[in-house]
Amino acid sequence: MKPKTLFEKVWESHVVVSEPDSPVVLYIDLHLIHEVTSPQAFQGLRNRRLGVHAPHRVVATMDHIVPTGNQSGPPTDPLAARLVKELEKNCAEYGISLYGIGHSNNGIVHIIGPELGLTQPGKTIVCGDSHTSTHGAFGALAFGIGTSEVEQVLATQCLLQRRPGTFRVHVDGRLAAGVEAKDIILSLLARIGADGGTGSVFEYTGGGITSLNMDERMTVCNMSIEAGARAGMIAPDSVTFEYLAGRPFAPKGAEWDKAVSQWSQLRTDDGASYDREITIDAAKLEPMITYGTSPGMGLPISGSIPDPDREPDSSKKQALSKALSYMDLRPGQPILGQKIDVVFIGSCTNGRMSDLRAAARVLKGRKVNPNVRALVVPGSRAIKNAAQVEGLDRIFIEAGAEWREPGCSMCIAMNGDELTPGQYCVSTSNRNFEGRQGKGGRTFLAGAMTAAASAIEGAVADVRKLL
Amino acid sequence: MEPYRKFSSRMIPLPQENVDTDQIIPARFLKTTEKTGLGKVLFCDWRFDESGNPKPDFALNRPEMAGASILLAGHNFGCGSSREHAPWALTDFGFRALISTTFADIFRNNSLKNGLLPIVVEKAVHAKLFQMVKEDPGVEVTVDLESQALLLPGGESVPFPIDPYSKKCLLQGLDDLGYLLSFSAKIAEHEKNAL
Ligand code: SF4
Repeated sequence: MKPKTLFEKVWESHVVVSEPDSPVVLYIDLHLIHEVTSPQAFQGLRNRRLGVHAPHRVVATMDHIVPTGNQSGPPTDPLAARLVKELEKNCAEYGISLYGIGHSNNGIVHIIGPELGLTQPGKTIVCGDSHTSTHGAFGALAFGIGTSEVEQVLATQCLLQRRPGTFRVHVDGRLAAGVEAKDIILSLLARIGADGGTGSVFEYTGGGITSLNMDERMTVCNMSIEAGARAGMIAPDSVTFEYLAGRPFAPKGAEWDKAVSQWSQLRTDDGASYDREITIDAAKLEPMITYGTSPGMGLPISGSIPDPDREPDSSKKQALSKALSYMDLRPGQPILGQKIDVVFIGSCTNGRMSDLRAAARVLKGRKVNPNVRALVVPGSRAIKNAAQVEGLDRIFIEAGAEWREPGCSMCIAMNGDELTPGQYCVSTSNRNFEGRQGKGGRTFLAGAMTAAASAIEGAVADVRKLL
Repeated sequence: MEPYRKFSSRMIPLPQENVDTDQIIPARFLKTTEKTGLGKVLFCDWRFDESGNPKPDFALNRPEMAGASILLAGHNFGCGSSREHAPWALTDFGFRALISTTFADIFRNNSLKNGLLPIVVEKAVHAKLFQMVKEDPGVEVTVDLESQALLLPGGESVPFPIDPYSKKCLLQGLDDLGYLLSFSAKIAEHEKNAL
């Protein structure tokens, strides 16, 4: 038999129909939905008098518009309250499990899937959200879809898909102290740009990946989409199985043993080939940070802002000039020491326990700079509770940071947590687009430790000095 | 959906690369349960100043561009979020085709499902189109999906790729759901075997 990649194995086992000149009909095992990209899909079903094909394969949460200050009732913003009501109504009508605001399983969609054991190796997983790539950390094929596709999956549990190419991202070596999983993906993005993965599914391989825990692997896969990749995958191993064992929706008993033996087959065969490959040496990385308005505009923390005049490509030159003018940064200026106003630690990229622990290690016994507002936002209710059991909340509060309720928060300016025009923020989220964190706000993307160190200094800082 | 017909239009130039869907429609406008009416907030933060007045320099606001239905966009247009609100806003504003060197995958998919045709051209053609608009903002091109060609003034015809399935759907005004539903027996069979 022809050797196959991990992607090919998962893809091929889910093809329902493959006809010439048409996209493949791909079966979807798990469909996650949230309040923002689903209402029009349910309306579409109603217009056509269709039902939900497999409600037990659909799980709903609320995260994007959820306020993270007070969650004792519905959002006070009437538009947000309406989205909450819509999702409640739709889930009740079609028999879909919903983990709404305040529910013990509530949280950011890409955090609760894995946390509940819904995300499993070999599954096909979709959500009306581009960061669905996160779930690929378990060896699932997981990708974001639009609302028309949400409607199609609700109605048929299938999607029409064109087969993507394969792209291996091989990460050798181990991260040095003070360097995080986020720095691997930010450095990949700095190398290949915001479109470097378009049309491909990444598979991350090598010791620099297998040495990461599941939280860290999710951070890497999460931002695959920032390179335009369809998905990012990591072959499941003992770290994956250990993470999943005992989770509420993970198989139990004999089913578990059977599942592990099947999941163990989900690795790229020797001799299988990829359409493209790239290698990164994790040992050589330093903490990374972005300086511009595309996640590919990143540099090592000791670096300086590039000069548009040195950019040979005219389109890139123009993009860089526009980004620097939006960010109000000067070419040649070191990024270290750049004053900041806000630090945001959270999101589906870095809102998990490992991130909170890393940030707490840096903040313990130290104080957030008085000029900085620091928000720490757990990615889910379960993470909030677990962090409190460990006493991480005390560390954050004593340092002068805000310890908030779970949600997408300041990753996306639609729930009340946002920057004001001109503010600078070191953020552990995934997008530094203009206005993403609030109209006129300026984002530096970085890992949780860099964010914590910067909160203390009141400026972009190198965490390695604080270790 | 309306069948996609041949049409001619001026092109609104937006040369910036990596235009993300947060620029096409900022997140604060996603708190809607409708698909319609989003054209008025298309490119909101680039189009309007603090007091909500149109910025005269922004391409969509230039009087000579009024009524144009082709957006001539920079490289990697539509990256970022999967929000289908982006093509909804573009079509609501009146766009029917987009021309660029590359489009982000999810955005491209979403556009095709909404009668908005993403046309990929080579770098040299892309540069030439921008040059043409610069010299004469009133220049019109014709989009002929049937023959998969962009017809330039002077008779030049630039072919563009599109997969046969999407082409058929656009030309006949079909959507994917009907096609998917026609496979319900196969889907049931897959579900039986996979369990
Ligand atoms: S945390 Fe940010 S990127 Fe993740 S799902 Fe929420 S809004 Fe999207």
